[in-house]
Amino acid sequence: MTATSTGPAQSPSLAANPRLADWLTFAADGTVIVHTGKVELGQGILTALTQIVADELDVSPARIRIAAASTNDAPDEGYTSGSLSVQHSGAALRQVCAEVRVACRAAAAAVMGIDADELTPVDGVFSSPAASVSYWQLPTAALLDRTTDGQADAKAPSAYRYVGSSEPRIDLPAKLTGTPCYLGDLVLPAQLHARVVRPASRGATLIEAPTVRVEALDGVHRVVRQGDFLAVVGDREETAIRGAQLLADDAYWDETDTLPDEATLSAFLHEAPHQTETLFESGNEPADCETAHRVTAVFSRPYLAHGSIGTSTAIARWDAGVLQVWTSSQGIYHLRSAIARALDLDDSAIVVQHVESAGCYGHNGADDAAFDAALLAHAIPGRPIRVVWSRQDELGWSPLGPAMRVHIDAATDSDGRVCSWHHEIWSNGHTSRPGPNASPGLLGHAHQQRIDFPPALDPPLPRGGGSGRNGVAGYSFARQLVRTHRLTTMPLRTSAMRALGAHLNVFAIESVMDDLAAAAGRDPLEFRLAHLDDARGRRVLQLAAERGGWGTAGPAPGVERGIGYARYKGVGAYCAVIAEVEALDDVRVRRLTIVADVGGVINPDGVINQIEGGAIQSMSWTLKERIRFDRRRITSDTWESYPIVTFSEVPEVDVVVVPSRDPSVGAGEASVGPTAAALGNALAAVVGVRVRELPLNRDAIVRAIQAE
Amino acid sequence: MPEDFTLSVNGRAQSVRCDRETPLLYVLRNDLGLLGSRFGCGLGLCGACNVLLDDRVVQSCDTPIWTVGSSDVTTVEALGTAEEPGVLQQSFIDHQAAQCGFCMSGILVSATALLRRSPDADESEIRSALDGNLCRCGSHNRIVRAVLASRRATSASDGAAR
Repeated sequence: MTATSTGPAQSPSLAANPRLADWLTFAADGTVIVHTGKVELGQGILTALTQIVADELDVSPARIRIAAASTNDAPDEGYTSGSLSVQHSGAALRQVCAEVRVACRAAAAAVMGIDADELTPVDGVFSSPAASVSYWQLPTAALLDRTTDGQADAKAPSAYRYVGSSEPRIDLPAKLTGTPCYLGDLVLPAQLHARVVRPASRGATLIEAPTVRVEALDGVHRVVRQGDFLAVVGDREETAIRGAQLLADDAYWDETDTLPDEATLSAFLHEAPHQTETLFESGNEPADCETAHRVTAVFSRPYLAHGSIGTSTAIARWDAGVLQVWTSSQGIYHLRSAIARALDLDDSAIVVQHVESAGCYGHNGADDAAFDAALLAHAIPGRPIRVVWSRQDELGWSPLGPAMRVHIDAATDSDGRVCSWHHEIWSNGHTSRPGPNASPGLLGHAHQQRIDFPPALDPPLPRGGGSGRNGVAGYSFARQLVRTHRLTTMPLRTSAMRALGAHLNVFAIESVMDDLAAAAGRDPLEFRLAHLDDARGRRVLQLAAERGGWGTAGPAPGVERGIGYARYKGVGAYCAVIAEVEALDDVRVRRLTIVADVGGVINPDGVINQIEGGAIQSMSWTLKERIRFDRRRITSDTWESYPIVTFSEVPEVDVVVVPSRDPSVGAGEASVGPTAAALGNALAAVVGVRVRELPLNRDAIVRAIQAE
Repeated sequence: MPEDFTLSVNGRAQSVRCDRETPLLYVLRNDLGLLGSRFGCGLGLCGACNVLLDDRVVQSCDTPIWTVGSSDVTTVEALGTAEEPGVLQQSFIDHQAAQCGFCMSGILVSATALLRRSPDADESEIRSALDGNLCRCGSHNRIVRAVLASRRATSASDGAAR
């Protein structure tokens, strides 16, 4: 990636939505309305986009409003995912705003009868000594009614006033004062409250759902049954909840064992039917790769939950032939197509409106909840139907981050260089997002129709890969072969979760790098640098080592350091982590030192927040988290049975983002893999054995010691 | 069977008619329009719905309305507004101590209770006091710094009264 121009070809969002007016409106009240298809997930994207627009238009941020994304008027930008929002929406808006500024400057100059070169807008006003004209006085509706021509140059970074500075998040004052701002806070007139009753277990078929007790409840409006889809709709929220409990208690289901044995999950992944693909192959094994040292190892992670603090929520209303849906989906247009297919409606009969919800780290239950509400609204015309998932359904029925297994077989030659590296990945696919596919990919639809989900797929490597994300090590090895084995059976529904396969792949690669270094008696940092040509990668590793005290004595007896590094997706942000870990009654993290290079930074504090958040979430997955299940159902469906990291367990985290003029790449997922790796390497240093099975808890350590 | 209840919420007397087992959270949100306390788990395990009953932190999702009695209920709305944030809230804004923000109302309430009973709480006390509040975005350290920084100011002006 060397392109630094901001031509329209750079943003697929602009290519798909080339009309200037689709992105910007100058409102009569002196504001600029920005239309973006990307949505706020808690990552601060709306603030970053505001900064870009402010600089490129020369308008103060206070005048900029970001319109809620709706299929009525937002540009179709696919999904908000993969740390691509600044690259896609940001680049598109930068180009659009540059063209608008230049066109408006020319128009203002014509009005004023002077040369356009003499004009620079200040907070949206073009002034000469004699006169001034603002954007809002110009015929912007006509000026913006054209497609982008790529002619205007975006500003040089040296001219930025807001981009590159830590502007405070525009949304935080509301969120920190209990102001209604989430989907769950939306109250529509005459709305009804609904709760869905999920099947008793995976693959269960409904035999009978006696409704006598539910319907006797005061305030129950309707019990809806379609196939295996069951729901209770009530006037009050607690009535719907109570009704759903009664209905769940009274329903009879035909159940069978459909899930693998959790105790041998890694073996199941290895043996289940799968499709093999060679993801990457380079070089030849040198004839003299006589293996001074060889490491052969198997790594695994369990299924993981998104675990957003809010549960999946939606509202829908079916009125006069139009279905309106309020959702926190990451892809409003894709969701609209999926609902249209599932309910046999035209896309044009559905409006999908995005409203923010609790943090979203991938394909969670948001789309499913939207369909639940849509189905119920379709069954009960005229009233808004509000669906809120229970915590148990959130942890038990949302799509999961896939369980994975990785084999690495690697060898060094007598010069201490890796001469052979063979990485194999077994996993369910990492995406099953809803969309215009044969199967809409919506939970309620699958239950209503009594159909199984098709097995999840993996995005191709040029789009970041899925199981194979970061499966290709970024080091120079004489020979590297990477293969994926994507399962063609899917006992538990899996889909995209933050960093996708990069979590386990980086953990595995970096563990083996440490083991090879140890076998050769080399320092892990030096061993990595000896195999790393990329100057930006070397820089983050060296800076992290320096800041993290690498090579010096540990901060206390029993505390050891570990290192982890990766360039996200092989083309994105560089990140190196030094972890300080001790093992007392359990694994305890003292400190994480993180250095990242994410290219040009729009909002430094926002990037630090994302990098730190990704690291803490990864630490929680890596040390604590594991979806538990029996042969029929997920059993870890509360925060007691699916614990996540707590305040007391969070270590000191030091994040440095290195200055860069390179193109901006996303920050939200970059620290996930390197953090897991640094924790694993530090733990190996503390306990003296390599623990390859996640989560890295006491049980896993004991098993690793016994196996040694 | 619906019954009538009178509550004291953020210093105001409020009347509601609902089933006695109705969780306080739904009364606050759906009857009184106080939408700042949020549903996270319904089991009292995540803290997103935390409110004060007098000076005690409770999980309003798990508090039946009949148990509230004459206690004063304090919700996040009593701590300040977006236009005029309370001292603790301003410190959170200054530290940009949030990502998605969904857990924040409960965290602000827990921190307010801590600083009322322990105005000089140190970092480890703050972390312990917030262990019942889950945050999935990883904003923990910013939150702790925001609470630490607000200590003196908050105790001087009392966070709840602004």
